[in-house]
Amino acid sequence: MENISFSQAEYARYNRHIIIPEFGLEGQKKLKAAKVLIIGSGGLGSPVLLYLAAAGVGTLGIVDFDIVDDSNLQRQVLFGVNEIGKPKVEAARQRLLSLNPHINIVTYNTQLTSQNALDIIKEYDVVADGTDNFPTRYLVNDACLLLDKPNVYASIFQFEGQLSVFNYVNAKSERGPNYRDLYPTPPPPGLVPNCAEGGVLGVLPGIIGSMQANEVIKIVTGIGETLSGRFFVFDALTFETRIFNITRNENNPVNGKNPTITKLIDYEQFCDMKAVEKPVKEITVEEFDEWKLNGEDIQLIDVREPSEYAEVNIGALLIPLGSVSENSDKIDRNKKVVIHCKLGGRSANAIRELEEKFGFTNLYNLKGGITAYLQKASSEAVPH
Amino acid sequence: MATIIIPTPLRKFTNSTSKLEIKGGSIKEVINELTLNFPELKKNLLDDAGKLRSFVNIFVGNDDIRSLQQENTEVKEDTVISIIPAIAGGI
Repeated sequence: MENISFSQAEYARYNRHIIIPEFGLEGQKKLKAAKVLIIGSGGLGSPVLLYLAAAGVGTLGIVDFDIVDDSNLQRQVLFGVNEIGKPKVEAARQRLLSLNPHINIVTYNTQLTSQNALDIIKEYDVVADGTDNFPTRYLVNDACLLLDKPNVYASIFQFEGQLSVFNYVNAKSERGPNYRDLYPTPPPPGLVPNCAEGGVLGVLPGIIGSMQANEVIKIVTGIGETLSGRFFVFDALTFETRIFNITRNENNPVNGKNPTITKLIDYEQFCDMKAVEKPVKEITVEEFDEWKLNGEDIQLIDVREPSEYAEVNIGALLIPLGSVSENSDKIDRNKKVVIHCKLGGRSANAIRELEEKFGFTNLYNLKGGITAYLQKASSEAVPH
Repeated sequence: MATIIIPTPLRKFTNSTSKLEIKGGSIKEVINELTLNFPELKKNLLDDAGKLRSFVNIFVGNDDIRSLQQENTEVKEDTVISIIPAIAGGI
């Protein structure tokens, strides 16, 4: 710590930290010397990065392969409308350096995989996991165990948040539990929906991510008591908070009594699900109207249920999602095929299924589904 | 009767109820009673052999039943039981 020094500008910036007796200049030096890796710069990653950058963590690494989308802005407060379409790590770097130019930002514009995880994580002191899928959760956990790094875990769904500190070694050299002790196996695919399917209250990652940043700061500075060995659960609807005790499990396959996993495995296979869904080609309702105006020959397919179709439809051929494979011969291969559902989720799944099983290359998902289509139509019907 | 707290992802199987009063002297009895009342919960809590799924954690008070007597953990009138499934959302 002796070689860590601050400029006048930094002293002024960090004054409110330095004057806290338990924190002091010593705590601020530890922050500046620290290297923290944030995996996922979305809902949780946004507050974690903003607060850790503001607090003066010397080096922040960011792993994300995604680009900023307008549906992110409801909760991903790192980004604004000017960043839509930019890589998240680039948008994050600019925002964070404008917040604090005295820190280093290292970006990894890539998906974290079993091939690159150890190389990336080994450069850091602490990891904060804000990813959005089970394969990556287990990957981050195992990589942190193999590299002996503490992992500050947070997870959110709809109105509920979870937080803990995994693989933390305390002052008495006792190692705390990890994700595999808490959840030995992931849920089978389809049983637990993700945020993209189930939704999340925008402020929830703000609440839970801020707590995640707090745990990172406590680990780095050594002040207070971390959540190691404890599991915090917050329900934003009832404001009930619960803190459970969790312990290590001697049957943990990575660091139990008889480890069977000694290197990173195939986590998509372990979880029987993909970490990242393959993107499908999309068109907006505006583009769809343009195609029609230009006289393009298009086949339109609706993959909702018959009851939804009876309620309202836009003249598409009805093939409910559950029966797309058996009806694949009804889908044209020689012209553009636009597939829609209510909001765009089921139609994306239908397209993935048809592309994987039957090799279609001419399918387009109608963004926002029939809901967006009808909204546009009704807004245009209003007389001016 | 013991109080059982239902997490957000499972409330769609309990008519959106977040807290239930269920009778039973052990976790096994309480879970049985719960899944009798709400049959759709069953496949989310128990595997085909009727054992608790390992991505669902059950806490009695503040403690994981895995560090107590598992499904035989005693349940009293004032026991608060929490079901905490794995969730993975972050972005």
